[in-house]
Amino acid sequence: MSDRVPVLKLGQVLLVSIQVDLEDQIVLDLQDDLAERIVATGATGVVIDITALEIVDSFVGRMLANTAAISRMLDAETVVVGMRPAVAITLVELGLSLGGVRTALTLEKGLALLERDRTARTGRP
Amino acid sequence: MTGPRVVEDEQSVPIGSNDDVVRARQTVRTYAQQRGLSLVDQTKLVTAASELARNTLVYGGGGVMRCAAVRNGTRVGVQAVFEDSGPGIPDLDLALTDGWTSGGGLGLGLSGARRLVDEFELHSEPGSGTTVSVTKWAR
Repeated sequence: MSDRVPVLKLGQVLLVSIQVDLEDQIVLDLQDDLAERIVATGATGVVIDITALEIVDSFVGRMLANTAAISRMLDAETVVVGMRPAVAITLVELGLSLGGVRTALTLEKGLALLERDRTARTGRP
Repeated sequence: MTGPRVVEDEQSVPIGSNDDVVRARQTVRTYAQQRGLSLVDQTKLVTAASELARNTLVYGGGGVMRCAAVRNGTRVGVQAVFEDSGPGIPDLDLALTDGWTSGGGLGLGLSGARRLVDEFELHSEPGSGTTVSVTKWAR
């Protein structure tokens, strides 16, 4: 039960890279950890990298949607990056299109998206 | 040509904890890879199995998954049967409705899993448990 997904800080962004098939409690812990770290660090962005995830079921999908909503309330924007095509196809068929979750194809594009957002909000790079 | 369904190489995975849900989907993935399902079909079947294994744990109070290879004439596929001795489902139509949940979930588990597989069978008796059987055929 001590397993946790590491949350890294990169400038104004919190970066999470999910590398293993997660059991449900670890997924819930990650959601809580991110909320706390956003407030503790004043991060304005969160990037969740799911490149390594072979499936996203409704439980993980709900965590992604919740994290996006929670971070927005805490003045941070979440971007999910690296979704595999088969995962996207399966999620839509499952009935979860993750409407409130922003996505980017790669980590690089996700970070660029957050940077553009921040520039737009603060008026300076 | 289709013939009677032949079930081979069955393996049981007990489902009593969150770890077991992970093990159940890893087992199904191995079967799906070995039987030559496409990557998208593997992903759909494993996702369905994950939903059903979680239901077995959360709503059924635990149970077992039996995974097997199936043949029907020239077709090959993978079947996964989830069994619990929990309270059962009083209203099957309602339980298969998108968005309806008796717990804290999204209500997509059963209805979503049904859409992701080729064959879906649900048997439930209030008071004596629930059995869900899903099959995905290699194309």
